[in-house]
Amino acid sequence: MKPRTLFDKVWDSHVVETLPDGTCVLYIDRHLLHEVTSPQAFEGLRLAGRRLRRPDATIAVVDHNVPTTDRSLGIAEEESRIQVETLERNVVEFGVPYIPLLDARQGIVHIIGPEQGISLPGTTIVCGDSHTSTHGALGALAFGIGTSEVEHVMATQTLLQKPAKNMLVRVDGVLPPGCTAKDIVLAIIGRIGTAGGTGHVIEFAGEAIRALDMAGRMTVCNMSIEAGARAGMIAPDETTFAYVKGRPMAPQGEAFEQALAWWKTLPSDEGAHYDTVVVLDAAEIAPQVTWGTSPETVAPITGAVPDPMAEPDEAKRAQMQRMLAYMDLTPGQKLAEVKIDVVFIGSCTNGRIEDIRAAATVARGRKVAPGVRALVVPGSGLVKQMAEQEGLDLVLRDAGFEWREAGCSMCLGMNPDKLVAGQRCASTSNRNFEGRQGPGGRTHLLSPAMAAAAAVTGRLTDVRELV
Amino acid sequence: MDAFTTLTGVAAPMPVANVDTDKIIPARFLKTIKRTGLGVHVFDTLRYDETGAERPEFVLNQEPYRQAEILIAHENFGCGSSREHAPWALLDFGIRCIIAPSFADIFHANSFKNGILPIALPREICDQLMEDAKLGGNARVTIDLARQVIVRPNGEEIGFEIDAFRKHLLLEGLDDIGQTLQHAPAITRYETGVAQDKPWMPALSIA
Repeated sequence: MKPRTLFDKVWDSHVVETLPDGTCVLYIDRHLLHEVTSPQAFEGLRLAGRRLRRPDATIAVVDHNVPTTDRSLGIAEEESRIQVETLERNVVEFGVPYIPLLDARQGIVHIIGPEQGISLPGTTIVCGDSHTSTHGALGALAFGIGTSEVEHVMATQTLLQKPAKNMLVRVDGVLPPGCTAKDIVLAIIGRIGTAGGTGHVIEFAGEAIRALDMAGRMTVCNMSIEAGARAGMIAPDETTFAYVKGRPMAPQGEAFEQALAWWKTLPSDEGAHYDTVVVLDAAEIAPQVTWGTSPETVAPITGAVPDPMAEPDEAKRAQMQRMLAYMDLTPGQKLAEVKIDVVFIGSCTNGRIEDIRAAATVARGRKVAPGVRALVVPGSGLVKQMAEQEGLDLVLRDAGFEWREAGCSMCLGMNPDKLVAGQRCASTSNRNFEGRQGPGGRTHLLSPAMAAAAAVTGRLTDVRELV
Repeated sequence: MDAFTTLTGVAAPMPVANVDTDKIIPARFLKTIKRTGLGVHVFDTLRYDETGAERPEFVLNQEPYRQAEILIAHENFGCGSSREHAPWALLDFGIRCIIAPSFADIFHANSFKNGILPIALPREICDQLMEDAKLGGNARVTIDLARQVIVRPNGEEIGFEIDAFRKHLLLEGLDDIGQTLQHAPAITRYETGVAQDKPWMPALSIA
């Protein structure tokens, strides 16, 4: 048999039928729903008189719109409340398992999928959210879809898709101290660009990826979409299996052993073909920070804001100039001298317990710089509980950080957590687009440790100077 | 979904790469539970200033581009979020066709589901069309999907590629859920097979 990649194997095992032009009817094992991209899909089902084919393969949670302050009094903002209430009505009407806002298990859909054992190796997972790529860290094929496709999965439990191309991103060697999974993925995006992965599923491999814990692997796969890839995947190994074992919705006991036997066959075969191969040396990666309004505009914290005049392409030069004007940065300015107003630690990229531990390690015994507002938003209620059991909330509060309830929060500013025009934010989220965190807000993407370092110094800071 | 057969209209030039879906429709407008009504907010930040007044320099605030049905842009159009609100907003404004050197995958798929035709062409050809678009109202462009050609204002025809299945759905205005449900017996067979091959796969429930 022809050697196959991890992606090939998961794809092949989910093809229901192949149409004459090569389009496949692809079976979906897990469908995750949230309040923002599902209402029109439920409405579509209702209007067509269709039922939801597999409520037992579907799960819903609220995350994008919810306040991260005390929620026991309900949601003050009317449109957000209506969206949440609409989801609550829909899950009852269509019989979808639902984690309510006040449940400790509530959180960002891409945090709770792995946390609850909903996301499993070798499965196909979709959600109306581009960061569904996160779940690929478990060796799943997981990707974001639009609302029409959400409705398609609801009605048929399948999607019409053509196979993607295979891309291998191999990160060799050992990551230097002070560098994290976030620095790896930002360096990858800086290398291949925001469209570098278009049409591909990226398999992340190599010594530096193998050495990551599951949280780090999720951070890497989460940002595959920022490189334009359809999905990111990492072959399941002992780290993966140990993570999945015992999770509430994962297979238990004998069933786990059966699953494990199949999961172990999933890693790419020796000699499998990749359409594109990119190799990075982890030893050359320094803590990264973005300077522009695209995730590919990234540089080491030891570097400086680039000069658009050095860019030969006229259109690209104009775009860089616009970015620097929006970001209020000047060519040649040292990144470590850029002052910040807000710090956001959270999101599906970096809202896991490991991320909060990393931030707390830097914050311990220090104080948030005067004039800086620093928010910590755990990715789920359970992450929050765990952090509190470890006393991390106290460390962070003592240092002057806000300790909030779980949700997407300032990653996209749909809830009240927003930047004000002109504010500059050191953020552990995934997108630095213009206005992403609030109209006129300026975003610098970086790791949780780097974000905490920025909070205590009041400027972008090389965290290696503090540890 | 409305069928897409031929379209003759004004093309708006937007010579920008990496137009992301946050730019097309910022997150604050995603709180709707409907598909319609988003046209007024398309490109909101580029289109309006802080007071809500139109920015005259923005292309869709200028005549004849207020009536544009075609958008010409640079590489990687529609990158970022999977929000289908982006094609909904473009469609609600009146855009039925986008021509660019490349598109982000999810936006590309979402466009077809809403009767918007995304056409990928080499950068040099997009640049020619961009120049045509800058001529304004006297330079109407025709898209003929059945023949897979773009007719420039000077009458020159430019061919384009499109996936045969997606072309069929667009030409007929077909709902692809209906198409897939014709395969319902195969889906059921697949599910029966999985129940045997992967008996360990748990059903989801919240206790």
